[in-house]
Amino acid sequence: MRVTCPYCGERDRREFTIQGDDTSLRRPGRDAGAEAWHAHVHLRDNPAGRLREMWYHDPCGAWIVVERDTVTHAVHGSVPAREAAR
Amino acid sequence: MRVANKGLTQGARVIPFTFDGRGYSGLEGDTLASALLGEGVRLVGRSFKYHRPRGVLSAGSEEPNALVTVEGVPNTRATVQEIWDGMAARSQNAWPRLELDALGVNDLLAPFLGAGFYYKTFMWPRPFWERVYEPFIRRAAGLGHLSGKADGAPFEKAWAFCDLLVIGAGPAGLMAALAAGRAGADVILADEGSRMGGRLLAETDPVDGRAPHLWAESVLAELAAMPNVRLMPRTAVTGVYDGGTYGALERVGLHGRARADLPQECFWRIVARRAVLAAGAIERPLAFPDNDRPGIMLAGAVRAYLNRWGVVAGPRVAVYGNNDDAHRTARDLAQAGLKVAALIDMRGEARVEGAAYPVLTGARVTGTSGRLGLRSIRVDGLGGPRELEVDCLAVSGGWTPSVHLTCHLGAKPVWDDRLQAFRPRDGAVPGMVVAGSAAGRLTTAACLADGLRAAAEVLGDLGRTVPPMELPAAEDAPHAVAPFTVGEGSRQFVDFQNDVTVKDIRLSAQEGFQSVEHMKRYTTLGMATDQGKTANLPAMAVLAEALGSPVAATGTTTFRPPFVPVPIAALGAGGQGAGFAPQRFTTSHEASVQRGAAMTEAGLWYRPSYFPRPGEATWRQACDREVDMVRHAVGVCDVSTLGKIDIQGPDAAAFLDFVYANTFSTLPRGKVRYGLMLREDGFVMDDGTTARLGDRHYLMTTTTAAAAQVMRHLDFVAQVLRPDLDVQVLSVTEQWAQFSVAGPWSRELLQSVVDADLSDAALPYMGCAEVEVMGVRGRVFRISFSGERAFEVAVPARHGAALWRLLVAQAESLGGGPYGLEALNVLRIEKGFITHAEIHGRTTAFDIGMERMVSKAKDCVGWAASRRPGLLEEDREQLVGLRPVARSGQLTAGAHLYGRDAAATRVNGQGYVTSVCWSPSFDTSLGLGFLKGGRARHGEVVRLVDAMRSVETLCEVTDPVFLDPEGGRMRG
Repeated sequence: MRVTCPYCGERDRREFTIQGDDTSLRRPGRDAGAEAWHAHVHLRDNPAGRLREMWYHDPCGAWIVVERDTVTHAVHGSVPAREAAR
Repeated sequence: MRVANKGLTQGARVIPFTFDGRGYSGLEGDTLASALLGEGVRLVGRSFKYHRPRGVLSAGSEEPNALVTVEGVPNTRATVQEIWDGMAARSQNAWPRLELDALGVNDLLAPFLGAGFYYKTFMWPRPFWERVYEPFIRRAAGLGHLSGKADGAPFEKAWAFCDLLVIGAGPAGLMAALAAGRAGADVILADEGSRMGGRLLAETDPVDGRAPHLWAESVLAELAAMPNVRLMPRTAVTGVYDGGTYGALERVGLHGRARADLPQECFWRIVARRAVLAAGAIERPLAFPDNDRPGIMLAGAVRAYLNRWGVVAGPRVAVYGNNDDAHRTARDLAQAGLKVAALIDMRGEARVEGAAYPVLTGARVTGTSGRLGLRSIRVDGLGGPRELEVDCLAVSGGWTPSVHLTCHLGAKPVWDDRLQAFRPRDGAVPGMVVAGSAAGRLTTAACLADGLRAAAEVLGDLGRTVPPMELPAAEDAPHAVAPFTVGEGSRQFVDFQNDVTVKDIRLSAQEGFQSVEHMKRYTTLGMATDQGKTANLPAMAVLAEALGSPVAATGTTTFRPPFVPVPIAALGAGGQGAGFAPQRFTTSHEASVQRGAAMTEAGLWYRPSYFPRPGEATWRQACDREVDMVRHAVGVCDVSTLGKIDIQGPDAAAFLDFVYANTFSTLPRGKVRYGLMLREDGFVMDDGTTARLGDRHYLMTTTTAAAAQVMRHLDFVAQVLRPDLDVQVLSVTEQWAQFSVAGPWSRELLQSVVDADLSDAALPYMGCAEVEVMGVRGRVFRISFSGERAFEVAVPARHGAALWRLLVAQAESLGGGPYGLEALNVLRIEKGFITHAEIHGRTTAFDIGMERMVSKAKDCVGWAASRRPGLLEEDREQLVGLRPVARSGQLTAGAHLYGRDAAATRVNGQGYVTSVCWSPSFDTSLGLGFLKGGRARHGEVVRLVDAMRSVETLCEVTDPVFLDPEGGRMRG
């Protein structure tokens, strides 16, 4: 699989560490309550289709948001997490 | 036998080789198969199950029969292996020898040995399966034998990148590569053959008015001259993976004597923006009784051996087919001056004009004879049965497109009535276009045109255009083929390599294994090293006939990588021994090794376990001495492997407050603080110390094991969770060498290399300072992982080796010396300091007694989740110390804890032991562990049980800090 790092270009997936979907972009406030935090930490959708995921490009240290199709494995683009998080 | 004036190898160098110890010779360019045929050898092996004599069937990598052992490498395909001077090949699965094989008796027992025979026969007594039956079956069946030794031969793996990967260098592939090359694209042309050209090397019909191999040569010469084209002969593309990544196996050194400096094979990962699959087609055999005798070969292969290598399996040849292409074999043989006994076409409607040999249409081959090689065939047709004496029977059931690679990403091929075969599904692999006979276009003219069309299509995607090109003229004869049908009688082989017959497939259908995938597993069809390349389609047809349904409905089995066998040694090249993983060495590594230190792996790092002295027989003696040395004099230990992360920026303090559970914004300059880091789920991630070097400058240390994880986490926090903070984080682990100097004499030792004042007043416990170390700018931290007065001194890594030697020499003058990981571990257990044995991912700050460090005044990673119900309950397993009641009692890490009198069962479990040591300071074993409600149970006696090592010990529960709980030794 090939993933594009917005800083370094297209690279083999072996250069990356994958964390999971992009739930971490939507971190609840400290006092959002146990339910919200439980959902944030533990609950994930598992869609057949397009999914936005957090990938780390080990050589350059960039976290990126990759949109990937879990059915076809097609990669539909990536943006720096720093931009997605703002 | 060699045929006069035939073959592209005419006049080539003569090459001697041996087969089963007998000397033969061939010509340069010969495969082992063509060389043996040239020498009149038809019998080359015994079959897998019935030990039937077998010969060469094909002329390519699809070969099921002619597997030999070459220089110890088993199951080498004789049709692929090139000969070289002095090569020694041996036949397989025959004992005592190929011509007289004792287990040939299996063939007589064949009526009892059909599909499913093992499952039905070897049912009882049950233990016999493992001890008697299976070992016997494994010895009796099977092909080559492994040496049982490690493969010492060199292998390689490599990456390649291109715009366009063309797979196969036959007419379609050459045309595609030529067009792409002329268009300026970066092209790789890979072909599994030793010589590029594919079927153009095996045919006689002219291309562009020339012999087809001459046209191929001219194209290859043009391609070779292009700087943007790479030719990769002997390279089989083995698999298709996501994102245009292709696996390919190159035979680098297999066509010559093994050399230490040349890899046998190289496994390539080729990344291509686009690909043209021009993998060609594979001919199908036909089913008739005893269709597996040496001398019965695929018609296209007979033509290839004749036209490319100038050899034939014998002087008298018959051709048997159900399609027009078979006729060409008869024609070429006759033109070469060989006696064609008959051209037999199953189809009554077939027409052959002006043949110089008998043509029998609407006829069938109904049997063959010849024990070790074909002697005669029986033909039944108009005018009744007759016997023909032949040495070779060329058979053709039509051509099957090589769809394999198009199915590797999950697509299924589609049935094509015209071809009587499956062809690739459109768009099966993103970025790949299929061309030529792989796409079902079987004439040379159609292949050439299709290659050009495919190139134009992919070049369009790549933003390039094909320059105007003329298609060379080539044969375009019709290619009609009749459906696959089965003859009457037994011993009609379908899968030659796994000895699966028509009868086996029918039996499978009859016994309910009717899905093609079930049939495959019941009969083992297509499960041998050739993956059923010649067998699959005939098998589907037999199954379809047995079920009374069309082949299209039966479907195919799943095609998976690799297309040809790939040695594990090639996939894992470079991963043996020292190359298995990268090695990280500290600056003190060489000096430690010189002192005879026992080195141990800590992640990728190598660290000394202990430094033995003369007279010390065990590691424990060295370790006990080193612990004593630190407690009573001074020790030096390399701690450079701990992660060091430099954190700078206006918001560095806020960043650390968010990363750590405790507060760092309040840390004064020149001070160090212990920090606890949580995961977002509230459990402990890592711990370490962080020093404040300036208002906007901190230096964090992590544990050795978690250094990479913490760095990734800090990047995550900075980029994802808190992009609002202006902060930069950078790993400087390898930029600094850092040594711990610990023990009562540590200040004296360090003062000898540092000018700055190290007194308690100037540098109190948990202080830090930038200092000159022997004229080098360095840092000193007053921190302790041993419980003794201790410092860590850091210098730029290039000075590490020198400082280490100096510190060790000074330590020795003070009655101390270096200490290793074993002593470090004992020292920290005595002091109750935790490592990842305790913060193992399932413990919270509460569990390790540090919940007060989790600041309530601010948010941090893990804060909310750490307050979850259940994570702060008093009956959670809490960190405790463990000391055996009897001084000599044994403690083991991993043991479980139970109430003093409770049975050692799961429900009675009270906790477990994480770290143990022999403590020379207390003259007893000590341990750390987790115990339910442990903080309230100090003084209680619990029972330690290690069922794995049969250890049972009564232990007293204590505070985890055994040594100097007040901390006077560290501070003073």
